[in-house]
Amino acid sequence: MTDPIAVKVAAVPSMSGVEGLTVALAQITPTLGNVPANVAQHVSVIARAKETGADLVVFPELSLTGYFLEDLVPDVALRVDAEELRPIAEHSQEIDVVVGCVIVSDDARFYDAMLYFSKGELKHVHRKVYLPTYGLFDESRYLASGNTFRAFPVSCGGVTWRAGILLCEDMWHPSAAVNLAQQGVELFICPSASPGRGVNQGRTLGTAQGYDAMTKTYGQLFTSYVVYCNRVGYEDGVGFWGGSRVVAPDGGVLIEAPERDETLVVCRLSYEYLKNVRFALPLLRDERHDLDGGA
Amino acid sequence: MTLTAAQDVLQIDAPLTEDVICGCIADAVRKVGCDSVVVGLSGGLDSALAAAFACHALGPENVIPVIMPYKTSHPGSKSDAMEVCTAFQITPVVVEISTQIDDYFSAFPDANSVRRGNKMSRERMSILYDLSMAHGALVLGTSNKTELLLGYGTLFGDMASAVNPLGDLYKTQVRSLAHHIGVPHSVIDKQPSADLWEGQTDEGELGFTYEAVDHLLFHLVDERRSTPDLVAMGFDAAFVATVKERVRSTQYKRRPPVIAKVSNRTIDREFRYPRDWGH
Repeated sequence: MTDPIAVKVAAVPSMSGVEGLTVALAQITPTLGNVPANVAQHVSVIARAKETGADLVVFPELSLTGYFLEDLVPDVALRVDAEELRPIAEHSQEIDVVVGCVIVSDDARFYDAMLYFSKGELKHVHRKVYLPTYGLFDESRYLASGNTFRAFPVSCGGVTWRAGILLCEDMWHPSAAVNLAQQGVELFICPSASPGRGVNQGRTLGTAQGYDAMTKTYGQLFTSYVVYCNRVGYEDGVGFWGGSRVVAPDGGVLIEAPERDETLVVCRLSYEYLKNVRFALPLLRDERHDLDGGA
Repeated sequence: MTLTAAQDVLQIDAPLTEDVICGCIADAVRKVGCDSVVVGLSGGLDSALAAAFACHALGPENVIPVIMPYKTSHPGSKSDAMEVCTAFQITPVVVEISTQIDDYFSAFPDANSVRRGNKMSRERMSILYDLSMAHGALVLGTSNKTELLLGYGTLFGDMASAVNPLGDLYKTQVRSLAHHIGVPHSVIDKQPSADLWEGQTDEGELGFTYEAVDHLLFHLVDERRSTPDLVAMGFDAAFVATVKERVRSTQYKRRPPVIAKVSNRTIDREFRYPRDWGH
């Protein structure tokens, strides 16, 4: 990325307020297999996100490596304490950062992971649980599955949000979202490297329509914010469709990035708005997790 | 997939499809350090659409159309190709191939029309690759999904390219996109033909129409429907069998050559890297 990234800011008065969190979604094109180049790109975009006043910037799935890695997986994999991640940590002093990469464990297993940095430190790691291995996907060939969906705190302006990460295919398993909702999550962070397909379903890609339905449904049914950050660009002829967006706790789309363009999407989330939606629609309060199929 | 009752399964959104394909062309060309493409213009529909996409993706100044007639090529082919160049403001290079083809077959005067047609196709490929080197360009492919699935193309001939914008589009979809993008009507409306010998037409050679086979291929390939399902949908059983066998028997054209495996890490089996490695 040589040109400055375009910035699109949501102007949503109802999302103003004292208790808020400004989120930036970095809809970028990583360079396939080139971690140093991608780290440099991230540093530049994090700085831009900070300029917009964002408290948190989210990058797409595998933002530090690119997606169709195949045998490059071991070459690009990083330990969670890798020196290569230091610039990301250093730039998280004044803005929280969620980045995507391949991590390698002590026992040489590779994971598709999202790393959350805050105040200069790594605070949370999510290892992708559901690895698509069908159609054009081949993740289980190279990667190990994570075993946890765990809520983690994101503090901003005196409010501690409970956030949870659903990494691309994780979103397609409602049990994962339910798991996080049970833990009290208010903010679903959904990074993605979603390839676009389906030009026979109207004006937008079939995949865009699928994620449109899913993000709005999750926002509505879990009365939570959903921030969806997808990448753009092409790898081996496969295009990633972008469409990054923020969905409000009532299922409304607050802002959406254009498809196929690198964009920094900025939106303020209101904690009071979330509380008010949950008061008016107490789905989570009324949820019964103790039921089984018996009489 | 939601469809209204009246919507044809092959119907695609033209602006969306053009956007995706042009993005792909621009990305594929620029990421390897090139600016332009060379494309063989036959005067037919596929090469016209491929050239048009390339113009939208890269600018007409970065599209080098190459017209390569043989002495028995239909004269309308060249004039149609010129009309495409005018429509999209691209400047053609014309390279006659009669001399080299005739020189070769003077040693094999009994060669049949298929051999001669394949030789012409590969000679055109050879010219395109040489010109791509001369211009620092990539070779733009023109094979559509229908002909790729049916194996209706010459291996290492017209099937050879660096980036193929039409490879995921059925012929019927190529036609509808050509309407959208402004390919001249004379090109859209004429009978598809490889123009390798007099009177040759695609549908004559294949034995069925593109409209029929595209609908069958969509249900067979895109939807993975079984033969009983396809017959229940109204396709003739013999037609289904013929097309299925044609797809199966031409799979070798869609795969790299057979490598005799002897090591623990063989190219394309255990040695697997993306084409865009490092880009």
